[in-house]
Amino acid sequence: MAAIAGRPAGKASWQRGIRDARLWLLLITAVLILVDGYLIFMVAPTDAVLGHVQRIFYVHVPISILSFLGFLICAVAGIGYLIRRTERWDRVAHASAEVGVVFVTLALVTGIIWARPVWNAWWQWEPRLTTTLILWFIYVAYLMIRQYAPTPQQGRTWSAVVGIIGFVDVPIVYYSVQWWQSIHPKQVIGPAAAEGALEPIMAQILVFSLVATLALFTYLLLERVALRGIEDRLSHLRREGNTD
Amino acid sequence: MELLRGALTVAWKDVRLELRSREVIASALVFGLIVVVVFNFGLNRAPGSLAPVAPGLLWVAYAFIGVLAMNRAFTRELEHGGLDGLLLAPISRDAVFLGKMLGSLAFMLVIEAILLPVFAVMLDLPTLSPALGLVILLATVGFATVGTFFAGIAVQTRSREILLPVLFFPVVVPVIIAAVEASALALQGGPMTAVWTRWAPLLLVFDALYLVICPWIFGFVFEG
Repeated sequence: MAAIAGRPAGKASWQRGIRDARLWLLLITAVLILVDGYLIFMVAPTDAVLGHVQRIFYVHVPISILSFLGFLICAVAGIGYLIRRTERWDRVAHASAEVGVVFVTLALVTGIIWARPVWNAWWQWEPRLTTTLILWFIYVAYLMIRQYAPTPQQGRTWSAVVGIIGFVDVPIVYYSVQWWQSIHPKQVIGPAAAEGALEPIMAQILVFSLVATLALFTYLLLERVALRGIEDRLSHLRREGNTD
Repeated sequence: MELLRGALTVAWKDVRLELRSREVIASALVFGLIVVVVFNFGLNRAPGSLAPVAPGLLWVAYAFIGVLAMNRAFTRELEHGGLDGLLLAPISRDAVFLGKMLGSLAFMLVIEAILLPVFAVMLDLPTLSPALGLVILLATVGFATVGTFFAGIAVQTRSREILLPVLFFPVVVPVIIAAVEASALALQGGPMTAVWTRWAPLLLVFDALYLVICPWIFGFVFEG
C-alpha cells in the first residue's frame, strides 16, 4: 500500500494526505473508545431499575443510529452511481453497506443481550426490532448479490438497485409491523421508559458514546473506501496484464 | 398503448408456452400440496384445530409457490437464447417487465385458485369469501411485481435458486403480513373493517409503489 506505482505526483501526495488523516482518525477513535469505556463502566451511575445491564444502552443506541446512517449513505451513493457511473460512488456505497451490516448486526446482538433480563425474552416481534431485522436481511442480500454477479459492472448496478429498493421498503415494513402488532396482544416493553428516566450524566455519556462511535464509523468507512480503491486498481492492472 | 401491446405479447408468449408444456403449473401444484402436508406433520395438531394457523400456512405455501413459478418463468428464457431474443425485441424494457410480470401473475392466480379449495379441505378453513379473493389478488400482484424484478437479476447469476428467495422475502414482508392478517379476518367471517381500512390499502400502496419503481429500474438489470 505504501508505494503505488504509475500515479501522477500531485495525486500521490493528495492520497498520502488522506492516508495521514486516516491514521490520525484511527488514533483519535482509539482514545475516544477507551475513554468511552471508562465513562460507561466507571462514571455512569448504575440504573436503579435495570442494574448493570443498562450500560449496554450506551453502546447499543449509537451503533443502531449509525447503522441507519450507513444504509442512508448506501442508498444515496447507489443513486449517485446509477446517475454518474463512476466507481468512486460505488466504492462509497459498498463500503457504507458493509459497515452498516456490521453495525446493525452488533445492534441486534447487543439488543438481544439487553432484552433477555429486561423483557424476559430474547426477542420481541416489535416494529423497531422487526424492521431492523428485515433491514439486516436486505443488506446481507445486497452484499451477496455483489458476490454472485457475473461481472463487477453488473454487481455494482444490481446492488445499487437493491439498495434503493431496500430503502424504499423499510418505512412500509415499519408501518405494517406496527399495525400487525396492534392486533396481537402487546407485552409490556420499556425502551421508552428507560429513555424517559435518563439522568443528565447518562445523557452526556450517551452523547460522548455517539461521538466516539461516529469516529469509529467514519474511520471504518474511509478505510474501506480506500481499500476498495486499491482492489479496483488491482483488478484493472490484472485486466491490462491479461490483454497484453 | 405501445407499452401495453408489447407487454401483452410477452405475456401471451408465456401463456402459450405454458399451455403446451404445463411445466410451471403442474410442478407448482404438486409442490403446494407437499408444503401443506409437510406443515401438517410439523404442527401435528388435533383435527379441526389448524384453523388459527391456517392463514399463515396458506400464505407461506403461496409465497413458496410464487418463488418457484417466477424463477421458472425466467430460467425458461435461458434455453436456446430466449433471454437475448426477449431483450432484442423491438419493445421497451418496461414492456418486457410488465409482460413477464403479467405472465407470472396469471400462473400464480391459476395455481392459487386451484389450490384454495384443496387447502380449504386439508386445513379445514371455515369459509371462503369474495374479500379473500380480493386479498389474494392484491397480494399476488405485489408478489409478481417484486418477484419478477428480482428474478430478472437472479437468472443472470450462478446461484439463481438461492438468490431469488434471499432478495424476495425481506422485501415482501409487508405483503405477507397484510395478506395473512386480512385472510384471517376474511376467514373468520367476523367484522371486516380492518381489512378495508388497513390491510387492503396497505397492499394497494405496496402494489402501486412497486409497479412504478420496478419497471423504471428494470432497465438497469439487463445492462453490461
